[in-house]
Amino acid sequence: MTDQTPVLRLEGIVKTFPGVRALDGVSFDVRPGEVHALMGENGAGKSTLMKVLGGIHAPNEGQIFVGDEAVTMTSPKHAKAKGVVFIHQELSLADELTVAENIFLGELPLKGFGRVDWGKLYDDTNAILKTLNVGFDAKTRVGDLSIANQQMVEIGRALTVSPRAVIFDEPTASLTDSEKVVLFQVIAGLQEKGVGIIYISHRMEEIFKITDRISVLRDGQYRGTLLTAETNEDDVTKLMIGRSLDLSRSEATHELGDVALEVRGLACGSLFEDVSFKLHKGEVLGFYGLVGAGRTEIAETIFGLRTPSAGTILLNGEEVRITSPIDAVQRGISLVPEDRKDQGLVLGMNCRDNMTLPQVDDLTAGPFVSDGAEIAIFDQYRDKLDIRTPGWRQTVGNLSGGNQQKIVIGKWLSMRPNVLIVDEPTRGIDVGSKSEIHNLIRDLASQGYAVIVISSEMPEVLRVSDRIVAMFNGRIMRDFTAEEVTEDNLIQAISGISEKVA
Amino acid sequence: MTLNKQDIGRLLAKQGILIAFIVFMIGFALANQRFIAIDNIAGVIRSSAILGVMALGVTFVVIGGNLDLSVGSMMSFSTIVVLDLHDKIGPALAIPAMFALTLCLGAFIGFLVGYLKLNSLIVTLGMLSAIHGLTLTWSGGKNMDIADKAGTWFSVFGQDRIMGIPVPILIFALLAAVLTLLLSKTPFGRKVYAVGGNGQAATFSGIPRARVVFYTYLISAFCVAVAGLLQASRSLGSQNTVGQGLELEVLAAVILGGASLLGGSGTVFKTVIGVLILGFIQNGLLLVGLDFYVQYIVTWAIIILAVWLDVAAKRGRLWSPIA
Amino acid sequence: MTSANRKDMLKRGAIWGFILLELAFFSIIGDQLSVSDQPFLAYDNMLLVLKQSAPIGIIALGMTIVMINGNIDLSVGATFALAAIVMLDSMTWPFMQAMGDWAIPLAWLFALATGVIMGAINGIIVWKTGVDAFIVTLGAMLGFRGIVFMFNGEQPTSHLNWTLVDFAEAQFLGLHTATWFLLGAALVLWLLMTKTVHGRNAYAIGNNREAAVNAGIRVGPHFIWNFMLIGFLAALSAVVFYSESGSVNPNDGMLYELWAITAVVLGGTKLAGGYGSIISTLGGVIAIQLLRKGLGHIGADTQTVNLVIGLILIAVLVLDRQLNRKGQGELKI
Repeated sequence: MTDQTPVLRLEGIVKTFPGVRALDGVSFDVRPGEVHALMGENGAGKSTLMKVLGGIHAPNEGQIFVGDEAVTMTSPKHAKAKGVVFIHQELSLADELTVAENIFLGELPLKGFGRVDWGKLYDDTNAILKTLNVGFDAKTRVGDLSIANQQMVEIGRALTVSPRAVIFDEPTASLTDSEKVVLFQVIAGLQEKGVGIIYISHRMEEIFKITDRISVLRDGQYRGTLLTAETNEDDVTKLMIGRSLDLSRSEATHELGDVALEVRGLACGSLFEDVSFKLHKGEVLGFYGLVGAGRTEIAETIFGLRTPSAGTILLNGEEVRITSPIDAVQRGISLVPEDRKDQGLVLGMNCRDNMTLPQVDDLTAGPFVSDGAEIAIFDQYRDKLDIRTPGWRQTVGNLSGGNQQKIVIGKWLSMRPNVLIVDEPTRGIDVGSKSEIHNLIRDLASQGYAVIVISSEMPEVLRVSDRIVAMFNGRIMRDFTAEEVTEDNLIQAISGISEKVA
Repeated sequence: MTLNKQDIGRLLAKQGILIAFIVFMIGFALANQRFIAIDNIAGVIRSSAILGVMALGVTFVVIGGNLDLSVGSMMSFSTIVVLDLHDKIGPALAIPAMFALTLCLGAFIGFLVGYLKLNSLIVTLGMLSAIHGLTLTWSGGKNMDIADKAGTWFSVFGQDRIMGIPVPILIFALLAAVLTLLLSKTPFGRKVYAVGGNGQAATFSGIPRARVVFYTYLISAFCVAVAGLLQASRSLGSQNTVGQGLELEVLAAVILGGASLLGGSGTVFKTVIGVLILGFIQNGLLLVGLDFYVQYIVTWAIIILAVWLDVAAKRGRLWSPIA
Repeated sequence: MTSANRKDMLKRGAIWGFILLELAFFSIIGDQLSVSDQPFLAYDNMLLVLKQSAPIGIIALGMTIVMINGNIDLSVGATFALAAIVMLDSMTWPFMQAMGDWAIPLAWLFALATGVIMGAINGIIVWKTGVDAFIVTLGAMLGFRGIVFMFNGEQPTSHLNWTLVDFAEAQFLGLHTATWFLLGAALVLWLLMTKTVHGRNAYAIGNNREAAVNAGIRVGPHFIWNFMLIGFLAALSAVVFYSESGSVNPNDGMLYELWAITAVVLGGTKLAGGYGSIISTLGGVIAIQLLRKGLGHIGADTQTVNLVIGLILIAVLVLDRQLNRKGQGELKI
């Protein structure tokens, strides 16, 4: 394999923006039939590199080769014509159009007078769908498909040419395990045809499962390429962040307090049912399960964003009815939501105003908001959480993901909640900030906060939780203590394999 | 702090409209001395007051992330109603009655957009038509006039002066001051920005989004009622269509002031600047001897330039990147 | 057939169901309340409905395309007035008068070209500056109106040409000239939107602009074509209407943009773009005109028409929201 010409080769790619050297001499190659992982923290330059490959940015220095040919990409379409295609992380499909129109978007077959050749369009599409082995046809409206099937449409798009290199950008972000299996089969199929694959992901498990080599970027610089078979997660992480990461779990050093939150037989339509658990003060309760298992929906129900169809919620032993987030906030429940940009922050507002938003009514002097009181809160939590920002006037949208997340956490900590729910605390955050946030959550518990952590990442729940609730298909399958839990029995529980334990 | 190119760009983006306004004023003043005469300036502000008062209210709606296309026809309604009631129940009762009715209309729109979460463009478009129909039904399609124009104190709002300053200017200034405080200093104002900036995040922060939107429409309706009062008091008689087309001019002033149609940005002060720019352009162009229609064309250019610069500063390049 | 498909059918059919309802309502109620001897459903009356739908209707067809594209055009009313004034004013120019009736096609050409140019200006600005079409065309609404006033100030412009009037008042196969123009435009645009690459790309761009850009569709020029198209249609509408009336007021066409948008929305086209149909807009236009005629027929004040149309627009919105409501457990945001 090594003696074959690489399908794609980058040589000394440099890309600068005013004041920033976003890419600083990146060189690596992708061989035919290889799955080549591209890793790096957020901001390491992966997306800039993709934009250079897609012709959206022109590199300042360096050269891209497709096969033997030196190519200067001018647009994604041009890149595609050269055989380099992208499967984007955020699906870029037109919901209202058919599968066929989406797959051939921008290159609909013509029949004269600008008319679309529908017959050819549907035939070609169905031929592509057949190779993908999917259960829908060319005339289906894309909006009616599941996320996984939409991803297949996106992949189908790559197959309208015979691609030489396919670039997958975080393709599994919203897939279930069984859907991932299908995706990996498709990737294997491409490999067999001699297509080279660049696979961008933060998920170590997947990387080690399907890739052949791993290239790492840090601060825009190429840090080296490792053979997957000869390396391990620690080495890759070291390369990515420049130091090794303490992933061990800090032991609980504190006593559990009273029950802060109890949920009995909670249900919400078809989303989840018969959910019961207790959360103590000083405890971190982890909720682990696949996307769609109902974890986020439980949090949203407790926070008053959904109306439960059955069950009761008790706060400090007292039954409560929470009909809106306003209720929840007044009763001392805080929710750090899953989607930081859409639900957590007003990106155009400054740091301080975001942080004090839930309690702005109380920070008043007379009828007006008190600047002093607000700044005091901001300063306190900036120091406590080590938020790096030039000052409170900074617009939140300009901060890094990790600092944004800390603003959201600070916003809710400053409410001194009885119950703090954190949904996907480290989604889209780089490795360094990740461990900071994990430590923070452990600290909160030792200070007596009652915390629920919802996560799709097993190392995360294992690291931060005192107890773990495993969910499958809208039901709690099992409730583990930190001592009982192992990766194996946890995986079994969330896949619905093990029997429900009462 | 040293000023580099980026800082200048940011300053232009943030205060561009104010800078443009000052440059404009200096330019016209140099071209015609008459332009900066006190009575000319007062005259311009006075004639902008009605549009300005309406723009103040729409500023709240736009910052809250919505549109209000019904203000023009609502202003016709207020004017007709207060004039009609003036002769029937006397001005002292007509004014509160008109305010109550106008606020009801605002509350209805606020309910539809806030609580039922309907698209504000279409709702207010529908209300533009519906309120126009309501006005015509009220007046029977006829012009409305006060019978005894000389004998009523009702004209104070539109025609009198206090300490030499025309009352409409005073009302406009007072309202602008109060609403500035409300928007920039109170918790409510903060919530308007949050709801317009990211409604979902606001909800997730325990902010009653529906109620906030509802109040923005009440404020808008209140301002429309004030505008109707000024209009009625100034002319003491009116056609049914007196406010027609104002909705888009008002919106132009608000946008010129730098409020984004996406919500979450803008200020009352900037809107006032936007209103004054529109007024002074009109006046300045006439004073330098250009035909009245030139103001339309200049306004067109200025609206697009203002928003273009704003958008360009945000994306960091002048021309749009789309192919 | 999936439930999603069924819902789609229901949505597309809704406007025609509404029209049937109107016809039934006004025929039955009309018998009791009618102020005229003629039944509502009389052939002549229906022909008139179609004819009177034409001016706003032709504009609304163009608005549909621009809205499917994810844009909006608030300047159509001003373009309408401008095209009208160009047509009538140009016929008074000396060289045009010297041409006799040959001046007519030339005047039409001038008017239509004016519309296309105005549209192109909007399109170029939207493309090159990246400013939202709402704002660009809001500005243009004022600017174009200013140009209208350049011709004759605030005075109306008149030029009655009897050949022209005869043409505009002609009936072919029973239908008026204006109706033919409306139906012809609808047919052509329907073909454009459903059969051609340009039409399908319009949906794709409105649905997901970024995806379209990534797929290599040239979004900017596409916008320009569609703005030119709506400019052309606004001018066509003016040409058809003023050929008959022969006199244009500089304030004519005001609020036409809002009427056109009302018709488009009533026809089910989404404001956000990516969804809608020419035929449904035609339905929306006819529904509004039927309502006007019908209310007049049963002796309601013409005033009430505005009230009813406004409330129906809002009711449609409420209904659409109820239809799209998800079941139990919906996120309350």
